[in-house]
Amino acid sequence: MRTMFRPVLLAGALAIAGALMTTTSLMAQEKVLRIGMTAADIPRTHGQPDQGFEGNRFTGIPMYDGLVNWDLSKTDGPSVIIPGLALSWEVDATDKNKWVFKLRPGVKFHDGSAFNAAAVVWNVQKVLDQNAAHFDQSQVGVTVSRMPNLLSARAIDDLTVELTTRNPDSFLPINLTNLFMASPAHWQKLLGEVPASVTDPKARAAAAWTAFAGTPSGTGPFRGVRLVPRERFEMVANKEYWDTARRPKVDRVVLLPLPEANARTAALLSGQVDWIEAPAPDAVAQITSRGFKMYTNAQPHVWPWQFSFREGSPFVDRRVRHAANLCINRDELKTLLSGLMEVPRGTYPPGHPWWGNPTFEIKYDLATARRLMTEAGYSAQRPVNVKVLTSASGSGQMQPIVMNEWLQQALKECFFNVELEVAEWNAVFNNWREGAGSPGSRGANATNVTFSAMDPFFGMMRFVTRQANPPASNNWGFFNFDEFDQLAATARSTFDDAGRDRALAALHKRIVEEAPFLWVAHDVGPRAMSARVTGVVQPRSWFIDITTMDIRPGS
Amino acid sequence: MLIYLGKRLVYTIPIVIGVSIVCFALVHIAPGDPLVSVLPPDASEQLKQQMMKAYGFDRPYYEQFLLWCWRAIQGDLGTSIATGRAVASEVMRAVRNTLLLAVVATFIGFFFGLLFGFVAGYFRNSAIDKIASILSVIGVSVPHYWLGMVLVIIFSAQLNWLPPTGAGPGGSAEWRPDWAHFRHLILPAVTMSVIPMGIVARTIRALVADILSQDFVPALRAKGLSELGIFGHVVKNAAPTALAVMGLQLGYLLGGSILIETVFSWPGTGFLLNAAIFQRDLPLLQGTILVLALFFVLLNLIVDVVQTAIDPRIQRS
Repeated sequence: MRTMFRPVLLAGALAIAGALMTTTSLMAQEKVLRIGMTAADIPRTHGQPDQGFEGNRFTGIPMYDGLVNWDLSKTDGPSVIIPGLALSWEVDATDKNKWVFKLRPGVKFHDGSAFNAAAVVWNVQKVLDQNAAHFDQSQVGVTVSRMPNLLSARAIDDLTVELTTRNPDSFLPINLTNLFMASPAHWQKLLGEVPASVTDPKARAAAAWTAFAGTPSGTGPFRGVRLVPRERFEMVANKEYWDTARRPKVDRVVLLPLPEANARTAALLSGQVDWIEAPAPDAVAQITSRGFKMYTNAQPHVWPWQFSFREGSPFVDRRVRHAANLCINRDELKTLLSGLMEVPRGTYPPGHPWWGNPTFEIKYDLATARRLMTEAGYSAQRPVNVKVLTSASGSGQMQPIVMNEWLQQALKECFFNVELEVAEWNAVFNNWREGAGSPGSRGANATNVTFSAMDPFFGMMRFVTRQANPPASNNWGFFNFDEFDQLAATARSTFDDAGRDRALAALHKRIVEEAPFLWVAHDVGPRAMSARVTGVVQPRSWFIDITTMDIRPGS
Repeated sequence: MLIYLGKRLVYTIPIVIGVSIVCFALVHIAPGDPLVSVLPPDASEQLKQQMMKAYGFDRPYYEQFLLWCWRAIQGDLGTSIATGRAVASEVMRAVRNTLLLAVVATFIGFFFGLLFGFVAGYFRNSAIDKIASILSVIGVSVPHYWLGMVLVIIFSAQLNWLPPTGAGPGGSAEWRPDWAHFRHLILPAVTMSVIPMGIVARTIRALVADILSQDFVPALRAKGLSELGIFGHVVKNAAPTALAVMGLQLGYLLGGSILIETVFSWPGTGFLLNAAIFQRDLPLLQGTILVLALFFVLLNLIVDVVQTAIDPRIQRS
């Protein structure tokens, strides 16, 4: 009995050992990068992500390309646009509403179909042509608002496409970074698989888009393979990616929505994920002491007070605006935020093509600030009362209460008596489009809504032109001057890249000099990663390129 | 009994109508833009109007409400604005996950609640009573999200024994009753069980103490009944009240906990509600609240019926 049992036992042990070795070896072979996002849900995966720029970062750029892409390869310079699926582009010499884009040959979608001019037209139609079969209302908002002037597209030949705008607009190539190219052939195939019982064409199209989100097909370096709504999304490397320099080094990326900062931090510390976005600031010391790496870099993000220029606002006086900008020691605030901010010199930093070298320097100069306030008629005995509208939380707001209370204290040194009006985030946000003086502004002289400055319209124009006065856009304070309208118009109608950048730099120079904002901080996009993750390049951008990253084997 | 059941079913109709009106009104009264998840703040007014029309938010409230009710009766809770997915499928997936969590938390909470309650009530004013009472008071008083964070710090971040987030290594879609998945359940379930444990323990203790002080207990003793037999009578007398309390607690647990599910990123109804609130996803918010409210109504109905079956005095009254 004993002798019979022994070989069976041995064979069983060998089989188990073999199975274990095979499994272990397979696991060791696959390099998986697990990411804890701040979003509460997987950003939409069909090509036009929601969830703000975090969506573009994780389910846009990795799986799709635009005609124009962002250069995310540098840490020490501004992130600028580069050719993506278009090799080159130029505006029509006679009709500045028309642009011709030459497309990259030989690019294929993940489903194997060819990328060409017809695909570009189809992707423009998906958000702009309400009569197109594949028009998807749910993609319109997040896309069209970021390319407000694009009207239509027309294929000239297989690799040339003409885009038409409403008005001459030199920002179109920048705007096009937000239009990702999804596969028309794959969508058509999925449409064919919608049950015949669904007869309404709109319902069929919606069903095809829902299916598309589960099995996305773009041209990007990663291919989406598995979606568990609200829980995880998996992408695998596209080994055939057209840009050989950006072929992924990791095999699989897993995205997990972890909206709570402490939960994200715990997930990193316990080894459940390899990378978390925006760790809790007070956990940074613990994270680094446990051998994890923090990555930060100045983002095109502005944390400001946007001043009111309505009658009665003390900020109508330029000396008061300058004094506020000179009165605060931003390095002190940086210490308070555990180093998780960058000290601003304007909306754009020196070295950026749109910097413009302003004559007014944003720095800490208490003596000058006090002198300016005295000249404006204020003193310790006669302080100026200002009310600031802010929120207790909100997207991009960093730590609004802590930061505003710090500002309140700091500005006391310069005879500002600051009253903070804290409202619900949506209410503050909506008031941004209602303007100072509206009932929702609650009598505030400044509002505290942070913004992205990736694009010149969203970074500058919408705050300083009459066209952008509420309710049209976000010139909340009604900063209205002919000079600025003219500078903005010049930038928008200058079509050579260098000339457009010069015009934008001239605009930025004047914005800093006139100081319609109190520039307080730039966010630095903090992310913490396991030391096993290598090749991380954190650019000065809201985005990051996952293809440069590798992961060392380990527990 | 059938007449009683029929009456109770009829009573639920106005409750359900009231619940649906409150659901609809609450989410529309709250400030904010219903299109915030699909329309960035910098969108033009023209685009905003186009989207409002496309999603039907330009219609009068009563029209929106009636349309929503009509679809809900047919099982269609609409489509999530943010994700484009059917609300019914989103809610059902979340309900399944919350149910899993609630059942485990219920088991832990009720087991320890009943244990502490009976022991403390039976041995009142003894050291065991004091220890059990302290534990139940802590259970009721401690903020459970704080407890969740502390458990995560100890068992995940420091000891690395249990995962702090998620419903399993492959997500809830692949949930299986094995250790790899069960370990994801432990921390949220323990955290969730603390409040019902405390409430059940305190209620049962008071109840048992009250029953033991009634005249029939010395009478039973005088007739020579064993302590176990007397305990059986105490349990029988305590059962209707205990059931009512446990039913309500189960209702709360099935409703999910926004805080606990957010702390542990557990993909249940609380997590869904949290996302819906922050994204101002009105169809999702309305659908989730409605389903949860109906759960509560249904659970109360079941508890009432079971209570009546156990204690005929309720039916008579």
